[in-house]
Formats: sequence, structure tokens, C-alpha cells
Amino acid sequence: MATSAAARSATLADARPPRAGGGRPPGEPRRVAYLYILPAYLVFALFLLIPLGRAVVLSLYDWNGLSVAEWVGLDNYRQVVADEGLRAAFGHAAVLIVFYAAFPVVVALALVATMTRARLRGLGFYRTVLFVPQIIAMVVVAVAWRQIYAPDGPLNQVLRAIGLDGLARAWLGDFVFALPAVGFIGTWVQMGLCIVLFLAGVSKIPRELYEAARLDGAGPVREFFAVVLPALRNEISVALTLTVIAALRNFDLVYVTTAGGPGTSTTVPSYEVYRRAFEIGQVGSAAAVAITLTAMIFVLTFGITRIAERGAA
Amino acid sequence: MISRSERVLNYLILSVFALFALYPLLSIVSAALAPPGQVPAFLPTDITWGNFAEAWDLGRFGTYLRTSAVVSTSVVVLATVFSVMAGYAFGTMHFRGSAVLFYVLLLGIMVPTEAIVVPLFFDLRDIGLTNTLLALVLPQTAQSVAFGTFWMRAYFRSSSRAMVEAARIDGAGHWRTLWSVLLPIGRPAMITMIVLVFMWTWNEFLIPLVMVTDESLRTAPLGLAFFQGQYTADFGLLAAGAAIVATPVVVVYLFLQRHFIRGMVEGAVKE
Repeated sequence: MATSAAARSATLADARPPRAGGGRPPGEPRRVAYLYILPAYLVFALFLLIPLGRAVVLSLYDWNGLSVAEWVGLDNYRQVVADEGLRAAFGHAAVLIVFYAAFPVVVALALVATMTRARLRGLGFYRTVLFVPQIIAMVVVAVAWRQIYAPDGPLNQVLRAIGLDGLARAWLGDFVFALPAVGFIGTWVQMGLCIVLFLAGVSKIPRELYEAARLDGAGPVREFFAVVLPALRNEISVALTLTVIAALRNFDLVYVTTAGGPGTSTTVPSYEVYRRAFEIGQVGSAAAVAITLTAMIFVLTFGITRIAERGAA
Repeated sequence: MISRSERVLNYLILSVFALFALYPLLSIVSAALAPPGQVPAFLPTDITWGNFAEAWDLGRFGTYLRTSAVVSTSVVVLATVFSVMAGYAFGTMHFRGSAVLFYVLLLGIMVPTEAIVVPLFFDLRDIGLTNTLLALVLPQTAQSVAFGTFWMRAYFRSSSRAMVEAARIDGAGHWRTLWSVLLPIGRPAMITMIVLVFMWTWNEFLIPLVMVTDESLRTAPLGLAFFQGQYTADFGLLAAGAAIVATPVVVVYLFLQRHFIRGMVEGAVKE
């Protein structure tokens, strides 16, 4: 009895938009809520919100970290567009997005498309293994891949063994191949995540949909575009969000594998933030790059979610 | 109704990708366990612990692991208590400004460390807080609290409203409703949050790199990066160091992998 009454009052409360003052169930605590959120919000404001605001302020100054800062308005942001080094860093980020996001998503989609009709046993084991790269510290990942790419490392050994000596090289020290080599590490990290996500997604597609498609005479390709792809819209959106953000926040990997080199061939925005602020004393410019990077993450995250939602409507 | 050959093909595809995911990690484990000075092509013929012993001494991984343990534990405890309380308020109570406050928190989840680390360093330096444990713990607690509050709010919203009402009718205050009614059932949600915060804090690199210069305050990943700078030539030694740094998270993952996968996948789906 009490439960059903409570449930009824709950639905009433849910149906009505919460207004200040009336309209809330009797006895509902209200002011005490501020006390509950106080500790969390205090830490959050002091160590995240305020620093973020301070980064915006810093980005409007020319400052070397020690002497008096000089107001320069939006000059640091103009530099983000005009400075060749910074433009190159954002260009590299775009290349890395292809490696971190596009490759794993496309390959994982192709993979699950060939596996759609399977209800496999032992999937749990594969899920555990495929997801492992996601939980390993990037420094550890970088140590492993530096060895794989080393001049006498496994990759070059294999190339020499199959007679492709011409291709063997110091991958991370090569002006052309260093960036793709770093990017491929990203592909490795994100691949399992995408497969795990999409496998979970296809397992929710009702069998009748495939049968209906087949009755309509759809081949495997039509079946993929008519049944599998629409059903995975949510999973694809999640995968793209996670992988694109990872591609833009890859400071650890670049710092440990190449430190931006050789030359400037693998600089990325997150590495430029560190280098400018703590190595060459251009704090204002570092803050402007950081704020630009943050804005890009916001825009891409909202963009991906919006496209996924519009597609669903 | 899938044919035998199709089933075999499916397992084959999965196995190829599983091997691809494992190979770099296996190469670390096998080089670390091989006799010092050898780098095995695939698996070591003899298993020795020489590399581990030497890396442990040379690389001072004992100190680094201790710092990492202290920092991770502090962040996990603070972030869990704060997030549970804030998530409870956002999830079950009506109060003025709750929507705005919550959306600001959501934006906070997306703010990259790169954006806050620059002003944090200079401001904390001015008040003498760089090179302290607090400089490692508090910024990471702030980031974790943003995610944790979002995560716990989702749990409290989905938890039975009827139960909250029933508890209240039984005379339980909001404090007791939280700790003795909602949290015991919310253990899975809490464990997911805890393992994620633990993993993020343990693996964090940029904040320790910027905030501390003192060797005794280096966290495990930072210590490994410095170690690699010194011992580039000896991969067996380096691999042993890498294995030491990765092991704590891997062990937790082996026991609670469902929580890792669920949290990282669902945590991305905002609202």
C-alpha cells in the first residue's frame, strides 16, 4: 500500500517540472542539497574551473613565467592560425584522428559485419583481451612500441626476413614515417575498444531484421547498410567520441616516443602546450593552444553527438 | 543457423585481433623475464627474475610505487565520498540552480588536463604547493569528482524513487537514506567509479610531470619515463620496469574487467 502510494506520488512529481517553492513532494529536502554538493564543487571549482578561467586570461598575455606579463589581446590566438609550427601541430592532430578514430572504427565495422550472424561462445574471453590496450599506462605502451619500431626491433626483423629490406628503417626517427608510426600505436589502442563496442551492439539486433532483409533479397552488403549500420548508430557515436578525444589528448605517447621529432614532424597541440609553457617560456601562447584544443574537443564531442541524434530522428 | 566454417572463420578473425592486442604486451613480459641482456624473439627459453631485481634497485620503483599508491588511494577516497554526496543531491533532490550546476560539471568532464595544468603550475608555485602530494592529489580529485558526480547521479536517478519515499516514511533522514538504503544497493555503480578513478590516477602522466621535481614524489609512470631516458639500450631492464608499472592496474582489471568496460563505454554516453 505504502509503496504504491509512494510510487504514485513519485510519478506525479516526475510529471510536473520542478519549480522553486511549490510542486515538490512534502518533506523533500531542498536546501540541504547545497551542503551535499559543497565538497565536490569546492574542489571542482578551485582545481578545475578556476584554472580553466585562468588559462583563458593567461592566453591574452605575453608571459615567460617569471617577469611581468604583457597584455597582447588575441595575438596568441592569431599565432595559432598564423604560426607555421602551430599550424603544423594541428595538422598532425588531424592525421592522428584518422589513425585513432577512422581506421579502428572502419576496420571494426567491417569485422563485425562479417560476424553478424554469429552467436559465439567464449566472447567474454575475447572481450577481455581486446580491451586490454585501453587500461595500460601510455608510458608502458610507448616503451613496448619503441622496441617494436627500433632499428633492430621485431618489425624490421620481419621485413628483412621476407626480403623487404628496403622498407626497414628507424621508424620513429624517420621524417616521413614517424607520424604514421605514432598514429598506428593509437590504432592499436583504440581497435579493441571499437570491436568490443560494436560486438555488443550487433548482439542486440533482433534476428528477424536479418531474416526480413534476406527475404527482400538483400545481399551481405545491402544487409550491412540497411540493418547493421543503422542499428550501431549509438555505438559508432560513442566510439568516435572516445577515439577522437584520445587522438587530441595524446601528450604522454608523443612525449615518450618522439618528443615531437624528428625535427617537428610529430608535434601535436598537447605537446606544444607543454613545450611552450615549461621549456621555452611562452606561457601565453601555451594557454592559447590549450584553450583552442579544449574548444576543439567541445565542438567535436557535441558535433558527433548531434549528427548521431539527427540521424536517429 | 550458422555453418561450421563460418564459425571457425569468426574465431579466426577474433583470434588474430586478440593476438594483435596482446603482442606488444607479451613482448614486454617476455623480455622482462628473459635472462638479462637477451631479447627473445617471442617467448623466453629460461625464465629469470634478474631484470626485475636490477630494475627495482636501479630505477627505485619501490619509491615510485609508494607515491603512486598514496596518490591513487587519496584521490579514490576523496573523489568517491564527494561524488556520492553530490550525485545523491543532483539525483534525488530539487534545488534552485541544479541544472546549471550540473551542466557546468559535465563540461568539466571534457576539459583536457592540458588546459588546466599550465595555470595550475604557476598558481600553485606562487603559494608554494608545487612539489607536494597535494599538487598531485587535488587537481586529479577535481577531474574525478566531475566524472564521479555524473556517474553517481545517473545511479541515484535510476534507483527506485519508491524506496526513497518508503525510507522517508519510515522516518529515515536524507543522510540515513543515502548510507543505509541507497548505497548498499548501489555497490556495482560505486565499484565501477572506483576502478576507473583508480586507473586514471595511476596512469596519469602530465600532472606528475609538471607538478613535481622531487624524485621521491615521482609516480610510477613518471619514474618509468625517466628510467627509459637513462637505460634506453637495455630493453630487458626497461621491460621489467614497464611490467612493474602496469601490473597493479592489470591485476584489478583481471578481477573487475566488466566494470572497466562498462564504465568507459557508458561513461562516454552523456545523458
